[in-house]
This record gives sequence, structure tokens and C-alpha cells, in this order.
Amino acid sequence: MMKYHPLNELLKARIREFLREPETIFWVYVFPVLIAIGLGIAFSNRPVNRVFVDIQEHVIAEDIAANLKQDSVFIVAIHTESECKERLRLGKSLVVVIPGEGFTYLFDPTRPESVLARQSVDDALQRAAGRRDAVLTMDRHVTEPGTRYIDFLIPGLLGMNLLAGSLWGVGYYVVDIRVKKLLKRLIATPMKRVHFLIASIGGRMIFMIPEIIVILGAGVLFFKVPIRGSIFSILILSFLGAFSFTGVGLLVACRARKLETVSGLMNLIMLPMYLLSGVFFPPERFPGIMQIPIQALPLTQFNYALRALILDGMSLASQGWRLGIILAWGGISFLLTLRWFRWN
Amino acid sequence: MKPLSHAELAISCRDLRKQYKGSGEVVYAVNGLDLEIRSGECFGLLGPNGAGKTTTIEIFEGLLSPSSGDVEVLGMYWGENDNELRQKIGISLQETRFPEKLKVLETLELFRSFYREGRRPEDVMETVGLTEKAGSLVGKLSGGQRQRLAVACALVGNPRLLFLDEPTTGLDPQSRRKLWDVIRRFREEGRAVLLTTHYMEEAERLCDRVAIIDHGEIIAVGSPVELIAGLGGEHIVEFSMNNGADIPVDVLEDLPAVLEVRADGNGISLTVSEPHIAIPALIQSLQSHERSLSRLTTRHASLEDVFVNLTGRHLRDDEISSS
Ligand SMILES: Nc1ncnc2c1ncn2[C@@H]1O[C@H](COP(=O)(O)OP(=O)(O)O)[C@@H](O)[C@H]1O
Ligand SMILES: [Mg+2]
Repeated sequence: MMKYHPLNELLKARIREFLREPETIFWVYVFPVLIAIGLGIAFSNRPVNRVFVDIQEHVIAEDIAANLKQDSVFIVAIHTESECKERLRLGKSLVVVIPGEGFTYLFDPTRPESVLARQSVDDALQRAAGRRDAVLTMDRHVTEPGTRYIDFLIPGLLGMNLLAGSLWGVGYYVVDIRVKKLLKRLIATPMKRVHFLIASIGGRMIFMIPEIIVILGAGVLFFKVPIRGSIFSILILSFLGAFSFTGVGLLVACRARKLETVSGLMNLIMLPMYLLSGVFFPPERFPGIMQIPIQALPLTQFNYALRALILDGMSLASQGWRLGIILAWGGISFLLTLRWFRWN
Repeated sequence: MKPLSHAELAISCRDLRKQYKGSGEVVYAVNGLDLEIRSGECFGLLGPNGAGKTTTIEIFEGLLSPSSGDVEVLGMYWGENDNELRQKIGISLQETRFPEKLKVLETLELFRSFYREGRRPEDVMETVGLTEKAGSLVGKLSGGQRQRLAVACALVGNPRLLFLDEPTTGLDPQSRRKLWDVIRRFREEGRAVLLTTHYMEEAERLCDRVAIIDHGEIIAVGSPVELIAGLGGEHIVEFSMNNGADIPVDVLEDLPAVLEVRADGNGISLTVSEPHIAIPALIQSLQSHERSLSRLTTRHASLEDVFVNLTGRHLRDDEISSS
């Protein structure tokens, strides 16, 4: 047994370099969690709990305010006519009540909150004036885990991160050491080229594991995203996805001699997929003719499969043809890489 | 030169050529090189920037393929015995940036792992004097230390033949000497070194033989002593006159012991066989022409003078101002 095995040493070198670069740690592990938390908070469909109502100055303004204040939802203020208009325009209030013969409501019909506010203010004032509801009604809220935006988002973010991590972690890395003439130096040694490729991919597969744990963990911990499928299947799927994305990363890095070139190519690949492949919203939102190319993208199929596993508890086997598309991308990329790779 | 058997040759090449087709015109980076480098010698390729040194050495290293010509390295050929050849050669490229986030010892262990038989990374660190830096990140090393690391990576496979492309360029004199010591010790073990440099002093001190290359062609080969002796005179007298005055060249050429006269920057440079005869004659001649000296220096002829003599140019542009 040799003391130093090339594959082992190459892999160790990759891991050391990775762990000693605080920036990469931030982009790979911290940044996606920050996005998840940010978007999770922004889109957590919070119940409407505050309605800002202005009342135009009038002898009965105080009485109206007292009636509305019985419901803590209403934040009531009394202002002059011009102030009321100004505040409505600036969005400081949602609706203005103008007392007179009955009430006039001043509101912006293009803003849903404004329309809703007008409705609830009207209801409250009608009831205060003695209206009785004809039918008994009850409210039940649907905010069950598994159907919210954050549940959709977390698997998408994981897909996005695996794609970005694979492209940067392999594509950028390879061009970087090509620029630094380190690749040339390496191939001047008896190092087997396939060892180098395996170690580059292998390093990436290792860094991927904490990525999955961090992103899904944040989802479960902060937002109670349900993990309905088996963890093992999710891991295997992520592995296969990351493996294919690594292939694409190597292909992108195949010939590039400059970091600018490879960065440009990677953005060219990543940005459309972020948009089209169902990271932030479902790909079905795009018109029919775009569906064929969109469905052919590896990240689209990866995100579908990941959501099926995580949210619907499906098995990996049920995602067979999606895996086929994902792996086809990886396989073809690897073959082309072996053909075209610029070692020198 | 008597023909050498293959066993005695580390490298031989015949009519080696490399062309680059740039935008429009063809660059003849290497233009018909014949070379024989013996085992156990330190051979220097000396030439200005763009002479074709790197192209030549990278063809020998198997990193570039020649446009035409035959190359034999350690009795083997690129394209036939590549892995075997790579096992037996050690390389330091003109510029390599080793991973900044790896430590010195880790880098050497990585390179060691590629070779079947090699030296212990710890021993190689000792050889190049990097032992105290074993645990330092490569990114924190000085230029001289990085260059020694590059040489250490070349040595860790225990090569029979060492290629060093401008190993001391940009280093301070002390770092340069340290590297010279490493190279000398390697050579003393009977192995061959091929290095490129544009420092003539380095070639003179370090190399058993040098080839001076210019525009992809060899313009002189031999030991530094032989090449300098080839000038006829081993001394150079340089002088200039007050007020930038001039003096006819044939006056100087007729002086005793003066072999060659050359205008050089803002002065004149004489190749001289016996300075104690030439200098008094020069001063007398200047006085009789009513010229006064503003500067007079004398030194031993160097490879730089050989190059200037052959090409009419200096090896490095910056040496014009300093001479
Ligand atoms: N890849 C290349 N493409 C085009 N021209 C090149 C290339 N590499 C080197 N050259 C040219 O070949 C000549 C020799 O270069 P090089 O061998 O690097 O010289 P040296 O190492 O002596 O400075 C130079 O004129 C250089 O511009
Ligand atoms: Mg060079």
C-alpha cells in the first residue's frame, strides 16, 4: 500500500482548499439559508391583522372612531380632508371614511388591501348601526404545512444551490487553476488525468452533503416544511442531480482560458434556469410553446422530482424519466468533456 | 564535439522547430535547434525575452509538441513512453501558482503522490530550506520561498533530469544563491539540469555549458569560459567623454591590445586583451585629441558581452541603462 495515493491526496487538497476559504463557505451554506429566511418571511401569507383607517374631520368623527376601535384590527386616525387624501395617496391609510349623509368611502380600487379594508370598515360600521347578519358564518384558516409558498421554495432553493455549487465548485475551479498554470504543472507529472477529474467531482459531492442538510434543515426548523419522502431517496436524488450539474460545470470549463469566459458561460446557464426551472415559481406559468425547452432543462426536472419526494412523499422510482433527463445531461456533458478538455 | 552514446545523453534534439500562426504572420518561436545535453551537466539556455527558451524547454517536457524535428529525452520519446518519462523528470514552469490555501508540506505530499518512487516530502523541504515553513500556507510565502517550493515539487519525484524555466527571475540575490546551491547539489549527484535564464551571471556561475539563443536559433554553444575566451579579449573597458564628445572609431581600433570597439548607450566599449597596455594608450590618445574622460571602468568580459558581440543587442533591455 502506497503512503500517498494520488486520488486521496487530490481529494484532500480539494477539501482543504474549500474549508480554508471562508467566502465559499458563506456562498454555499449561509447565503441560501438567508434567501430562504428572507423570502420565507416576505411571502409567509401572514393574516391581515392591521387595517389603517382615516376619518375626515366631522362632528361625529370621534363617535365613528370609537365604534371602529372596538375591533383591534382597525388603526383609526382623524385628519382634515386634504391630509386624508394625502395619507391615502402615500399608502399611510387604506381607506378614508367621510361622514355626511351616511358614509362615503375613499379608497384605491386597484389595491387589494384597500378594497378589503373598505369592505371590513363598512361591515363594522353597518353592524355598529344595528345591521344583523342573515346567516351565521364561521372562519377557518388554511395555513397547513406543505401547501404554503415556503414549502414550494425550499426544494427549489436546494436545486438552485446544487446547480450553482456544482458549476462554481468545478467549472470555476478548473479554469482558475488553468489560468494559474497549475493544471499544466499537474499534467507534467505522471498524475492520471482521470484521477484529477474524479477528485474534482468527488470533492463537490462531499461538499454537497452539508448543503442539503443546511437548506432542508433550515426549512424544517424555521418553517416546519414537511419532509414526506425518505431522506435516503432525497440524498440519492441530490447526488444524481449534483453529479449531472458537475458534468455541465466541467463542460463549461472545458476550453475556457479566462475566468471571465467561464463566469459568463456559467451565468448564461444558471440565470435562465433560475427563472424557468421552477425555483421561485412553477414553470407552468410560462406559455405553452416555452414548455418544451423548459421541461428539457435538468434543473426543471430535478426540482419536480425533489418536490415530489419532499412534499408528496413519492418514491425515487416514480421519478424514473425525470432522472433520465437529469442523467442524460450529465452523461453527455462528461463525454464531451473528455473529448474537448483543454489540459494545456 | 565527439559523438556521445545515448546513455550519456539526457536530451538530444535535431532540427527542432515550432511555429505559431498568430493573426496573420507566423512566429518562428523555435527555428531549427540542434542540442545535446549530457547526463551530469547543468546546461543553460540563455537568451532575451521571446528568444524561444520556454517553447524549447516545454517541448522537452512533453507539454508542447514541436512543429517538426526529433526529440529524445532520457533515451525515450514523447508519444511513446509518456508516463515513464514523466516519472523521471522534474519540472518547474516559468510561472505556476500553487494552491494558496494548501500548506507547504501538503503541496509536496500531493506532488509526491503522483510518482511511483520519490523522495520524502520532509527531506525535499530540508533540501530547499523550507522546513520551518512546512505548516505555512503557500499564499503566505515570499517570492523566493514560492520559487523554492516550485523546485521542491520538481525534486519530490526524485527525477533524473530537472527542468527549470527561469527559476530565479525576480528573486533577490540571497534567494537566488540559495536556489543555486540546490541546483548545484542536484547536479553533483550526477543528474542533468536544463535551466533557462536571462541572467548571464547566473549562467556563468551555475552552468557547465550554455546555449545562447536568439530568435529561436542557437547562436553559440559552449562552456561560459570557452564562449568568453572566444571574444579574443577577456576584458571590457568602458568609457565616456565630457560634453558627449566623440572620437573616430578607427583611432580606437588602432590602439594596442584593443580588439573591438562598440558605441554603447552614451559611451564606448572596448574589448581588450591586456588592459594595462590598452588603458594608458587610450588616455594618451584622448589627450592628443583634446578629449577628456568623464568615466572609465574596466571589468572581466561576461556572457553578456558574448551576446552583445554576436547580436549587437543587450540580453536585457534594462542593462543598457546600467552599463
Ligand atoms: N502560444 C503562443 N502563440 C503564439 N506565439 C507564441 C506562443 N507562445 C510563445 N509565442 C511566441 O514565441 C516566441 C518565443 O516565446 P518563448 O518561448 O516564451 O520565449 P522565452 O521563454 O525565451 O521568453 C515569442 O515571440 C512568443 O511571443
Ligand atoms: Mg520564457
